[in-house]
Amino acid sequence: MRSPAERIAFTLNGAGVEVHAPPATRLADLLRDTLGLTGTKIGCNAGDCGACTVLLDGRQVCACLVASGQVSGREVVTVEGLAKDGTVSALQEAFARNGAAQCGICTPGMLMAAADLLARTPQPDEPAVLDALGGVLCRCTGYRKIVEAVLSLGETAAQQAPAAGRAVGARLRHPDATQIVTGTHRFGADALPEEAFLTLRAVRSPYPHARFEIGDLAPLFARFPGLVRVLTAADVPGQNLFGIYPTGKDQPVLAPGLVRMRGEAIAALVGDAETVAAIRDDDLPITWGVLEPVTFDRALSGDAPEMHPHAPGNVLIRGRVKAGDAAAALETAPHRAAVSVETGFVEHAYIEPEAGYARRVGERIEIVACTQTPYMDRDELALILGVTQNQVRVIPTATGGGFGGKLDLSLQPLVSVAAWITGRPVRCVYTRPESIASTTKRHPARITAEAACDAEGRLVAYRFHGDFNTGAYASWGPTVANRVPVHATGPYAVPNVLATSAAIHTTDTPAGAFRGFGVPQAAIAHEALMDMLAERSGLDPLAFRLRNAIRPGDATATGQVLEHAVGMAACLEALEQRWQALRAEAEAFNRAQNGAIRRGAGVACMWYGIGNTSMSNPSDMTIGLARDGTLTLYCGAMDIGQGAKAIMAQIASDALGIPVASLRITEADTDLTRDAGKTSASRQTFVSGNAARLAGEDLRRRILALANAGPEARIVPVPGGILIEDGGRSIPLDLMRHAADSHGDALVGEGRFDPPTTALDADGRGIPYAAYAFAAQVAYVEVDTALGTIKPLRIVAAHDVGRAVNPTQVEGQIHGGIAQGLGLALMEEFFPGRNENLHDYLIPTIGDIPPIEATLIEDPDPLGPFGAKGIGEPALIATAPAILGAIHHATGVRITRVPATPDRVRAALLAAGAAR
Amino acid sequence: MGSYLRPTSLPEALAALAATPRIVLAGGTDYYPARVGRPPEDDLLDITAIPALAGIAETEEGWRIGAATTWTEVVEAPLPPLFDGLKAAAREVGGAQIQNAGTVAGNLCNASPAADGIPNLLALGATVHLASASGDRVLPVAEFVHGNRRTARRADEIVTAIHIPGPKRAARSVFLKLGARRYLVISIVMVAAVAEFDEDGTIASARIAVGSCSAAAVRLPALEAALAGQRPDPALVAEAHLAPLSPIDDVRASAAYRRDAALTLLRRAVEALR
Ligand SMILES: Cc1cc2nc3c(=O)[nH]c(=O)nc-3n(C[C@H](O)[C@H](O)[C@H](O)COP(=O)(O)OP(=O)(O)OC[C@H]3O[C@@H](n4cnc5c(N)ncnc54)[C@H](O)[C@@H]3O)c2cc1C
Ligand code: FES
Ligand code: FES
Repeated sequence: MRSPAERIAFTLNGAGVEVHAPPATRLADLLRDTLGLTGTKIGCNAGDCGACTVLLDGRQVCACLVASGQVSGREVVTVEGLAKDGTVSALQEAFARNGAAQCGICTPGMLMAAADLLARTPQPDEPAVLDALGGVLCRCTGYRKIVEAVLSLGETAAQQAPAAGRAVGARLRHPDATQIVTGTHRFGADALPEEAFLTLRAVRSPYPHARFEIGDLAPLFARFPGLVRVLTAADVPGQNLFGIYPTGKDQPVLAPGLVRMRGEAIAALVGDAETVAAIRDDDLPITWGVLEPVTFDRALSGDAPEMHPHAPGNVLIRGRVKAGDAAAALETAPHRAAVSVETGFVEHAYIEPEAGYARRVGERIEIVACTQTPYMDRDELALILGVTQNQVRVIPTATGGGFGGKLDLSLQPLVSVAAWITGRPVRCVYTRPESIASTTKRHPARITAEAACDAEGRLVAYRFHGDFNTGAYASWGPTVANRVPVHATGPYAVPNVLATSAAIHTTDTPAGAFRGFGVPQAAIAHEALMDMLAERSGLDPLAFRLRNAIRPGDATATGQVLEHAVGMAACLEALEQRWQALRAEAEAFNRAQNGAIRRGAGVACMWYGIGNTSMSNPSDMTIGLARDGTLTLYCGAMDIGQGAKAIMAQIASDALGIPVASLRITEADTDLTRDAGKTSASRQTFVSGNAARLAGEDLRRRILALANAGPEARIVPVPGGILIEDGGRSIPLDLMRHAADSHGDALVGEGRFDPPTTALDADGRGIPYAAYAFAAQVAYVEVDTALGTIKPLRIVAAHDVGRAVNPTQVEGQIHGGIAQGLGLALMEEFFPGRNENLHDYLIPTIGDIPPIEATLIEDPDPLGPFGAKGIGEPALIATAPAILGAIHHATGVRITRVPATPDRVRAALLAAGAAR
Repeated sequence: MGSYLRPTSLPEALAALAATPRIVLAGGTDYYPARVGRPPEDDLLDITAIPALAGIAETEEGWRIGAATTWTEVVEAPLPPLFDGLKAAAREVGGAQIQNAGTVAGNLCNASPAADGIPNLLALGATVHLASASGDRVLPVAEFVHGNRRTARRADEIVTAIHIPGPKRAARSVFLKLGARRYLVISIVMVAAVAEFDEDGTIASARIAVGSCSAAAVRLPALEAALAGQRPDPALVAEAHLAPLSPIDDVRASAAYRRDAALTLLRRAVEALR
């Protein structure tokens, strides 16, 4: 039971407040639930993420660790207290201007930590900023723009709104920047139904593999009068299975007597918030029959029971790409190299745990929750509820990071079933351990690869096999298995290729989509091989890559000839000078001293096909013109922090020929916007961006036709209407003759784009993607050979993005991708049941990300909107191999098991006799 | 039913503890993280409003760190080089938020094998002052901490302060922490060393403790003996000195690595005493 409520009086954001609450209540809960100040975010409730940072008597503290009783008589300042008289503070403005917020869930905490620092040290240096902000995690930005924002406080570089037709290429700030920095941006846990609601908590399996039975629940209801329902598998009205692929619907909403993973939901408690929190899992009459887990080793050995009928031998799917005769070419080539790579589970660690609610409205259901893919959610929820798609409305909240992890359903089916059955709104907020235990991960990989080159260092053959642990359920396993073989060689021209993959079921957490879909794992292998072959053919690692870089006119392993926009060589050339300088600097450092500290520089390349692999993935966009001249972009493309909202507005307004500031945006809502697919596969800028461009062009044509104006005429939004300026004349557009549609629009421009691809044949031949992004990165690191610790000192990145629609956002993606790549390389590995929190599962902090130099190569893609390609996933892929290459340069030891934790690095150094 | 008391005097607090068992709450940075997903439902005794437990003071025998003293207060207090190690630890506990709320005494009472404060307190030769309605007692840190989350504290006792004896000669201290990232990181291994020096620069006496390598941090008496009478020289550290350690494998590192890294950190700590 909770402690009884007491009177607590304190100063909150400058004004006295008095509340009645149990004094042991976490201050974060008091602020959010009792006082309604949801600017303070909760990412972990354990002090690990800092999202809840507030000032207590001027000092930053985690509001999730402060007893409300402790603030009695003291002064609390939250993010809501930073702006004065409706004007944001200089600090908030600096965050907005510098692109220091992407998804924005960490921003309130960052701002409060920085406010503490600035009150004490008005002009801090970088180390002081790092120390002050070290307790707040950000998973999106890679921190560098946050550091820049705090250091740039004095500057007042005014940002000018781009003129008509000039939005593409402008450093437009995040359209929601003001809401984000003032704490009013509404994330999953901030959205509450207007009516009284019930709370849901899932009861989850502590075992990876078990049968279970739930006994008589009557005593539980008797003991907890606030308990309204306990949902089990039998309560799911439609199909108790979901999954990404039509053929891969294998994951139950509530397990029907058998669990295949730890953290699988077996029942859902529905009742008032206090009751469902008070009930312990042990209070339920559950009998478990524990089964032997199917580990990756066991599944690979073939000596494991089959987990799903659709996966004989526990092989979910195999992938294959074949060109020429790799075996024969390997046999005769003068230089050959082989490598085995092993990677672990990686957790997305978005700072916002899954949260939201569902409510039943007559015969329809509305789901208000964070997501990356509203339309797929809608279609899957219809199946689960046994209703039509029209009966389901998905209204996404702001999403506090996703990175692939919010593509799969999480709480949506649970709250939907509960709301459907009870008729009352039902809310659920995942705890951090629940989020980590139950949602998808990056696939652990075991890769063996071989490559060969001729005497001049030209690649002749590449052979690859990767086994991927896809966990208990199919999720995005097929995507990984298909995408990896296509990308296996890396961005090089190789005539003879055999690349195969398999996704293997185990009783581990399902592995699904995570920024790069298996390609980051494969890149570790191809880049190690490039380094080895460079050495064997006596070439500099960068020169070797440049010699083999895929160029216009070259064919990929699938037989696709890349004609245009192949910026691989340009990326390498852009890095060449910095590469030479950092290589030389490392070697000079190592010559100058003989101790345990060694330095090295490594380079790595990557390529990435934009959009789904050989599968239709269309986007639809519309732009409406209302009778009063209001222009609205109906944008179904989810912005999960990556910046789709600004990008779509920039592209659409330039296509339409109006100032971007004149375009309103209606965000994704399955009732209001059209399907713009999912925010994944780095597809939104390229695919939805094209749909936005086409919609803009379409509306422009319609407006000009209506005005009888020529194609060069200007469309000028003015208060109350639109003027058409054509030659010397300026005529108001008469919209009154047009009936308004359900949105109130008199004219609508429509755009639809589906990237042109072809199916792959049995040998993986065909055109899997319409466009590819390219990148190269150089990592400069310091290795403490006595401890095995790695300190990255600098990352230099060159990315071919076709066209940078918003350079600030592109840099932000690069920084954030590098931070995740660094985590993959050095510290991140999830072990089910062992590190289901942000205390033991380590992601990089602000002190772990070195300075980043990013160069943007703009080689316009003829198919891209204004030439643009994607950047979301490409940003991450080259980082880990570049760091591993740098470790090799520093020590002579090649690490192929990631993360390269201190104990693994030290063991490898000792084994190689390279330790000091 | 959980109740919450926040007395403003020590006798009140001790009387409350004598009456019913309660969990003592200081900065809450260990208490709340252990209860994620649950409403706090224990009977609590919040000790942060008791003036007698506040602050750091110089005493006749040395220094007194009141039980409510936060890590930030340690960093900001004007203290001699004897405390450089403890200050270094204070700067590396969690992030700034944790340092602003978490207490040195809470770190000690929580008795995690990875508590950064404990090796420092061992190296400082600190004593733990406990009070209860039935009387006070004083224990050396090594006798107070019994193991992983186990201490000598009785349920009716409060730790009121930690006392640090003043050194007889010039003293220096170091603390080295090894973690897998820069901030917010639990130590894989840490080493604290305090040495008193004779005028000729030789070590008159040293106390050296290692944390995260056994259920509770331990001192290394053989190493301390080997250093006495010598100038600080990393070569004096031998593998055999690590005998009291019993590291384990966990998600952070392997046992073998911990032993190996402890040796390196010990050598670096001795080097830093120069
Ligand atoms: C994100 C994060 C990072 C952290 N990083 C580190 C780190 O790097 N290194 C490290 O060592 N620790 C770390 N910790 C742990 C914690 O912050 C410290 O142990 C801190 O010093 C605990 O102090 P507190 O006042 O918050 O303790 P509380 O949580 O208030 O109490 C801790 C325990 O001690 C008992 N207790 C406290 N004071 C007394 C007293 N006076 N008398 C009797 N019993 C008492 C309580 O009952 C409780 O059992 C971290 C914690 C978090 C959340
Ligand atoms: S929510 Fe408080 S630190 Fe994460
Ligand atoms: S912007 Fe920092 S977590 Fe998303």
